Amino acid sequence: MSNKLAKKYFRMDKLPHIWCPGCGHGILMRSVIQAIDNLGLNKDKVCVVSGIGCSSRAPGYLDFNTLHTTHGRALAFATGIKMANPDLHVIVVTGDGDSAAIGGNHLIHAARRNIDITTVVFNNNIYGMTGGQYSPTTPTGDKGTTAPYGNIDKNFDLCKLAKGAGSTYTGRATAYHANLITKLVQKGIENKGFSFIEALSVCPTYYGRKNKKGDASDMMKHLKDASINVKAAKNKANEELEDKIIIGELYKSQEPEYTEQYKRIINRFKKER
Amino acid sequence: MKKNNIKLMQGNEACVEGALAAGMNFFAGYPITPSTEIAEISSQRLPRFGGKFIQMEDEIASMAATIGGALTGAKAMTATSGPGFSLKQENIGYASMAEIPCVIVNVQRGGPSTGLPTSPAQGDVMQAKWGTHGDHPIIALTPSSVKETFDTTVKAFNLAEKYRVPVVLLMDEVIAHMREKIEIPKKEDIEIIDRIKPDKDDATYQAYEVKQGDIVPPMASFGEGFRYHVTGLVHDETGFPSNDTEIADKLIHRLVDKINNNVDDISLYEEYKTNDIDTLIISYGSTARSAKTAVDMANNEGLNVGLFRPITIWPTLEKQIIDLAKKVDKIIVAEMNLGQYALEVERLASKYTQVHHLGKIDGDLITPNEILSKIKEV
Repeated sequence: MSNKLAKKYFRMDKLPHIWCPGCGHGILMRSVIQAIDNLGLNKDKVCVVSGIGCSSRAPGYLDFNTLHTTHGRALAFATGIKMANPDLHVIVVTGDGDSAAIGGNHLIHAARRNIDITTVVFNNNIYGMTGGQYSPTTPTGDKGTTAPYGNIDKNFDLCKLAKGAGSTYTGRATAYHANLITKLVQKGIENKGFSFIEALSVCPTYYGRKNKKGDASDMMKHLKDASINVKAAKNKANEELEDKIIIGELYKSQEPEYTEQYKRIINRFKKER
Repeated sequence: MKKNNIKLMQGNEACVEGALAAGMNFFAGYPITPSTEIAEISSQRLPRFGGKFIQMEDEIASMAATIGGALTGAKAMTATSGPGFSLKQENIGYASMAEIPCVIVNVQRGGPSTGLPTSPAQGDVMQAKWGTHGDHPIIALTPSSVKETFDTTVKAFNLAEKYRVPVVLLMDEVIAHMREKIEIPKKEDIEIIDRIKPDKDDATYQAYEVKQGDIVPPMASFGEGFRYHVTGLVHDETGFPSNDTEIADKLIHRLVDKINNNVDDISLYEEYKTNDIDTLIISYGSTARSAKTAVDMANNEGLNVGLFRPITIWPTLEKQIIDLAKKVDKIIVAEMNLGQYALEVERLASKYTQVHHLGKIDGDLITPNEILSKIKEV
């Protein structure tokens, strides 16, 4: 990372971070910072909110208003912040277990409201902080410490879930595609409404080891080889895309934003007091 | 121009009026009987003041959003009843740990579980104190009339702001739905306390450092320029997580002591005819209304009976209970549960006097006659 960028946005005295060697989260965190820098946001007006898990440690290293909440609840806290002060740029950094298991209800309702929050899910396909249990995004058949004989759950397509719930800007990229993550987060912040970016990470320590996926570089190479851009994917048959990670801007739509709508209620009824 | 501001309203309505008078400008809630009117009235009133109301997807989320709102500087409240109070405990603990001022109304109904949704109870006394895990600070107030609901709601906000602590307003279904006359005090007669904040250009601000002479750390709002970190983990004075045993010990003691060392300031109670008595009734909330009548009935029959009515349920009013225990032959604790506050009274008073309990958990009120019978029985 450019030292300049780090010094501008990191709480340098809180480093080194707690993530394992080979973890993809550092790359993703840098990509988020790059997006904020590209937009030139006022640091005082940026709130980064997280839940519990490996990904949720990110805000502690970042020099913004940062809130490390309870497991799964980041979006509910973030909704309170954005609702009370819509001038703040609210970014939620969360994980696959945090956002899609224990926090699944908050995710779909934040998306449904189209409240102006940008959610970045660092998806490492496993509960890393607790030592490698299967998560809602662990691929069916893969192993975790609580799925010693293979996971029989069907894994979520988080982007389809977010889109179905009402997210107005939805995209996916991987730790290998750091620049694309930056672009998606940047556009997500610019979108006046709920934005959802699935950022695939790698967890060589737990998911990789348990499932014989090789070391960190092997896992990164897999992210590269398995990914296909959404534009290229359009010309492929469904069978060809079966094991592929479709990346890029996936879904966009225009809907009224929640706090703007509430502001209209205030403007209308405050006068009649 | 109206000369006075006398109104007829129910407790839930008085709660919202008190909250607005205290400066509430944010409410996040979820519908639940018998507290729903608090959310309904807030949704109608808040935008007219430029405040914000949001109905969240569940009770957990409404507690979380309440804390989020408070972090931006808002005076924030949520309201619920038993089942929702259980769900909120996770984030009530967070507010205790991260020292976020907020008010949680719990209109108690019959429990456990879904219980008796439309009937009164006082079964959440212990939950209000110990519902969330770990040793933690909490304040709980319990009003006994519609007027007192207004006053204690104002007080709840003031204490939340002053001590940076979640404050539980422990109502019961009777007080919530009963309609009574209430005179709304004039604005200038209502004391309002706001959280202390750091000086605008304090370059040395540490989010969890208590300055000399203060009870709590000054609290900056998100967005004001102090870019600080808030976590539910054990943290040091900077606000960042720590595993250090000394820091953990110091933090938890500080959080608990800020309440325990200021009980006198937090104490609200009423003593009714407690001079020269042999029997003392201790009762609170709607049950204290019956107790007061029972005291009058007993006095008319020549019995020397008085009432102690705690409004502050947590922290326990130890000094007052011990002082009274030393003066009487027996204490009867009357409450709509199987003996929750009675445990506190026994802990404090049993070495000085007999402690009896009159409880009820069937969804009916405790009547003055039932209390009078108990007085005669013991």
